[in-house]
Amino acid sequence: MDTRFWLIQAFNGISYGALLFLVGSGLSLIFGVMRIVNLAHGSYFLLGGYVALSVIWTTGSWLLALPIAALSIAVLGLLMERIFLRPLGFDPLRQVLLTVGFAFLFQQAALDIWTGNNFDINPPDVLTRTVVIGGLYLPLYRVFMIATAFAIGVALWLVMEKTRMGAAVRATVDDAQMARGVGVDTSRISMLVFALGAFLAALGGVIGGAFLGIYPGLDFEMLPLAFAVVIIGGMGSLGGAAIGALLVGLADNFGKALFPEISYFTLYAPMAFILAVKPTGLFGRE
Amino acid sequence: MSTQMRSQRVKVWSVAAALLALAIIIPNTSSFVILLVTRALAFSILVMSLDILLGFTGLASLGQAAYLGIGAYLAAILATKYHFGLGLDFWLVIVFGFLVGAALAALFGLLAIRATGVYFLMITLALGQCVWGLAYRWNSLTGGDNGINLRDRPKFGIDLSHDITFFYVVFGFFAVSLLLMYVLTRSPFGQSLAGIRERELRMRILGYNTWLHKYIAFIIAGGFGGLAGVLWAHTAGIVSPETVVLTTSVDALLMAVLGGAGTLVGGVIGAFIVIGMREYLSTVVPWWQYALGAVYVLTILYLPSGLMGIPQRIRQRRARSDKPAPTKKLALLSG
Repeated sequence: MDTRFWLIQAFNGISYGALLFLVGSGLSLIFGVMRIVNLAHGSYFLLGGYVALSVIWTTGSWLLALPIAALSIAVLGLLMERIFLRPLGFDPLRQVLLTVGFAFLFQQAALDIWTGNNFDINPPDVLTRTVVIGGLYLPLYRVFMIATAFAIGVALWLVMEKTRMGAAVRATVDDAQMARGVGVDTSRISMLVFALGAFLAALGGVIGGAFLGIYPGLDFEMLPLAFAVVIIGGMGSLGGAAIGALLVGLADNFGKALFPEISYFTLYAPMAFILAVKPTGLFGRE
Repeated sequence: MSTQMRSQRVKVWSVAAALLALAIIIPNTSSFVILLVTRALAFSILVMSLDILLGFTGLASLGQAAYLGIGAYLAAILATKYHFGLGLDFWLVIVFGFLVGAALAALFGLLAIRATGVYFLMITLALGQCVWGLAYRWNSLTGGDNGINLRDRPKFGIDLSHDITFFYVVFGFFAVSLLLMYVLTRSPFGQSLAGIRERELRMRILGYNTWLHKYIAFIIAGGFGGLAGVLWAHTAGIVSPETVVLTTSVDALLMAVLGGAGTLVGGVIGAFIVIGMREYLSTVVPWWQYALGAVYVLTILYLPSGLMGIPQRIRQRRARSDKPAPTKKLALLSG
C-alpha cells in the first residue's frame, strides 16, 4: 500500500462522490423543502439511464441523451408531486408507502420496456481515454464526472444564493409556514424543487450508467446511498450534500478496498450515529 | 356488559374461529398452498411486532427486517456451521432467536428511540442498512450475496421436513405470538403506549417515563421479529440479503397499514395479501408487480385506516346521516 494506492482510491472515491452528489443534492433539497421521504428517488436515477439508452439506440447521440433523459424524468417527477404527493399532506409514513408503490410500478414498467438485461451506456470515445496527472493514469471519464458535478454544484449554489427564487427556496427550507406568511408560493417551490431533484437524479443515471451499468435493482441500490448523503451532509443544505457525497464516496471506496467485509456497515453506522446525535445532519440548519 | 366490551368479545371469538378454520382447512389443500400459508404466518409475526410499534406506539420503523434477518441468519449459521438446532435443540434456537432480536433492538433502540416522525423513519432505515450491509458483505459468516442454504428442517421425534407438521408448528408459534401481543396491548403497559401514541407530551407531564416505555416496546418488537426470523429461515430454506433488504421492511409496513394499523390481525390479513401477490401472483402473471405497486398506492390514497377500518367507516357514514358521530380517526403518524 504505497501512496499510489491511496491516491487512486481517493480519486475513485471523489469521482463516485461526484455521482452521489447528483443523486443526493436533489433529494436533500426535496427533503429540506417538503420533508418528504421519497423512496422513488432511486427510480429516477435508473429510469434516467434507461431513457438515455433508448435515445442512444435511436439517434446514436450520447450528448442528446443527457438532456432528454433528465428532462423527461423531471416531468415525471413533477407530475408525481402535483397529482399524488401534494394532496397527500404531511404524513411521512403515507409518503414513504406511496413513493415506494411508485418505485415498484416504475420497476415493472422498466422491466417491460427495457427487459431485465444489464446494459452499459457508452460515452463518446473522446471521454474514454486516460489522462496522466502527476504520474497517475486516470480515466478521463471520471475526471469528466467530477467536473460535471462541480459545474452543477456551482450553478446550483449561484441560483440558491444569488437569485430571488433561490432565496425563496432557502426560506422554505428554514420555515415553510413563515415563508408562506411573507408571500412565498411554497407550493410552486415544492413543485420546482421536486422536478429539479428528479432532473439531477436522472442526469446521474445517464452519467453513472457508463461505469455502474444499468440493470434492474440499481434503483434500490442507489436509494440508501442517496439517503446517506442527505443525512450525513444535512437536509436541505447544498454545501452539506456536497460534503456528504464526498464523504460517502470516499468511505465507500476505502471501505471496499481496506475492509471489504464490513464496508457497508462503516457507511451506514455513522449515518445512524449522526441521526441520533444531530438529526439535521452535520451541516444541516437547526 | 357495555357494547364496547361485547364487540371486543365478538372480535376475539371471530379471530379464534378464523384461526381454527385455517388450521383445519389448510392441511387439506395442495402442498403449494400449505407452504404459502406457512410463509405468510411466519412473516405475520414480524408484521404484528411492527404493529406494536406503528399502531400501538406511533413509531413507524423502516428497518424491521433487521430483526427478521438476525433471527434467520442465527438459525441458518447455527444449523450449517455448528449443526445446532436441527434436533430438540431447535427449541433453544427459538429462544435464542427471540433473545438476539431483542438484544439487537436494545442496542438500536438506544440510538433510535429519541427520534420522532420522519427522523425515526430515517434512523431505522440507516440501522436496517447496517444489518443488510453486514449480511451482504460479510462473506465468511453470511455467504454474502448467495446467502445460506438450509438443507434440512429440524427433526426431533416429529419431522419438520414434513410440510403439514411444519405448518402446525409455525401456526402454533403464530397463535401464541398473537395471543401474547394481544395481551400486551390490553395491559396497562399497552394502554400507556396508546397514550404515548396519542400525545406523548401529555403522558410525560403525567409522570410517565415515555422514553422507557417506547424503548421496552421496541425491544419486545425486536424479540418477536427475531422469533419470526428463525421460523422464516426454516420455511424458506434459504437466508440471503434479500431477507434484510429495505423492501422487506417496507413490505412489512405496507402489510400493517393495508390491514389496519393498531389491530394486530389487520397486519396478518395484509401479510396474506402481499405475500400471496409476491409468491403466487408472480408465478401466474408477468405483470404482478403492477398489482403490488397499485396496492401500495391505492391503500394510501383510499384506505388510510386499512381493511379493518372499513366497517367503522361504513358505520360512521351511516351515523352521519342521523347525527354527527364522534369520529375516532387513527392518525398514522404526526409530526
